[in-house]
Amino acid sequence: MNAQPRFFAPLARLLHWLMALMVIAMLFIGAGMVASVSERHEWLLHLHKPLGIAILLLVIVRLGVRFSTRQPPLPVDLPAWQVMAAKASHVLLYGLMLILPLLGWAMISAAGDPVMLSSALQLPGWVPANAQLFAVLRKAHGYLAYLLFLTVLLHLAAALFHGWVRRDGVLQSMLGKD
Amino acid sequence: MPDHPSPPRPPLGRASLMLRLAAIGAVVGVVAGAFAYVNGTLDPQRLRPKTLVNALETNNGVHQGYRRNHAKGVCVAGYFESSPAARAYSSAQVFSEARTQVIGRFALPSGNPYAPDNSVPIRSLAVQFSQANGQQWRTGMNSMPVFPVGTPEAFYQMLKAGAPDPATGKPNPASMPAFFASHPEAAPFLAWVKTAKPSASYATETYNAINAFYLINATGQRQAVRWGVVPLSQDASGAITPEGADSLQADLIQRLKAGPLRWQLQITLANPSDLVDDASKAWVGAHTVLNAGTLVLESSQPQLDGDCRDINFDPLILPSGIEASNDPLLAARSAAYASSYLRRTGEVSQLHSAPQESRP
Repeated sequence: MNAQPRFFAPLARLLHWLMALMVIAMLFIGAGMVASVSERHEWLLHLHKPLGIAILLLVIVRLGVRFSTRQPPLPVDLPAWQVMAAKASHVLLYGLMLILPLLGWAMISAAGDPVMLSSALQLPGWVPANAQLFAVLRKAHGYLAYLLFLTVLLHLAAALFHGWVRRDGVLQSMLGKD
Repeated sequence: MPDHPSPPRPPLGRASLMLRLAAIGAVVGVVAGAFAYVNGTLDPQRLRPKTLVNALETNNGVHQGYRRNHAKGVCVAGYFESSPAARAYSSAQVFSEARTQVIGRFALPSGNPYAPDNSVPIRSLAVQFSQANGQQWRTGMNSMPVFPVGTPEAFYQMLKAGAPDPATGKPNPASMPAFFASHPEAAPFLAWVKTAKPSASYATETYNAINAFYLINATGQRQAVRWGVVPLSQDASGAITPEGADSLQADLIQRLKAGPLRWQLQITLANPSDLVDDASKAWVGAHTVLNAGTLVLESSQPQLDGDCRDINFDPLILPSGIEASNDPLLAARSAAYASSYLRRTGEVSQLHSAPQESRP
């Protein structure tokens, strides 16, 4: 039997920390832009769209990395409910990182707006222009972004709990060193 | 047996455990607090898109499914025929292609979708140019040449001055004069109001984009501009807006039956002395004006199911070759329109099922 790895693969760690920065930036950009009427609204929106598509591409790469590399196991003495919570929150994180950019892209399409990533770079719309569909997608985008933020907070608290209280090697498995 | 045992961990003392849990709570609390500041929860004084739209709803009432401002309108469609004049200034395809399809909307600048057509002295025209390359240019234009104020904060104060007094249900008659007294930047607008004569028809009005933009040409040169459309049809002398709740719409439909209606798209180039970022200031004196082409409107549709209904005429949806200026009203319009658009698109099913509201 092969020894289990103690650390995530280097590429998995790189993607994790890069996307951690991007996702947190994205959540703050989104929350800030919809709460502002100043010029901030405009330049945050211009960051939000290309960053969202970058996250979408990276999460696809990351899912590939996740399923093609071996993950360090959770500690054997971790209570069953925490194992469950860890697995469920990771499914939620991956799912939301995948769904939110798709919803953003879809809602702009449903509004009948051109999906512009820059002044000249345009993506095709992928749902028909429809006002009611827009309203549903736009609301889902907002609520699910808040769910992602709460899940990120939980993930952060759990990581620090592993690192500072349990001291069980889980935080180190993503830091890449003891 | 696990493949690797957990590292040896001496048990934490009670004080150490509490300290560590508190540190985790502090980290999470700081991140959550920063988020609550950014989204406005901890910054209640900030002017937000919903603050502006709420103010419009306070002043006009909520009319489900309708735009929160410029609520009464009519959809139109046609095309734009470009002239060569703007090609040296902007690389936008709308100026290089012979023809670009447009959808537009004439409207009254009031939040009441049942306002009589002769009740408001200002008219508006919003246009969406759909370029062949998929990019769009949307512009919302009004018959006045300048905006009363130059900032979203002042606009919000103006809305508040027009808010109904809870005691009487009508705005306090002293509020608006008091607002204008404390906002001298409104002088050019007030001077225009004094002499302006509303056109007798949507077809005979000039519509101005008011805010400034930049045209960008193929070599990247930027030219600050304001644009507007000038009608090729003129009012008969002495004509006034006919009586009747829907007289402007009826007139428009009548005229379109007789043939297309035309406007010249005029683009005014800023002089070095012009203020680009303040829509309350007129650009006075001699200016170079480009005749960029002809807007031709051929047909109309009722707005309830027309093609213009679900368009958010966000002035910052611009094609490559046209860019926004730093006029703070542009960002505010874009942000507030998005808020209004979300509210009304969630209500479109009620446009037909709800009983007609009683007309004033």
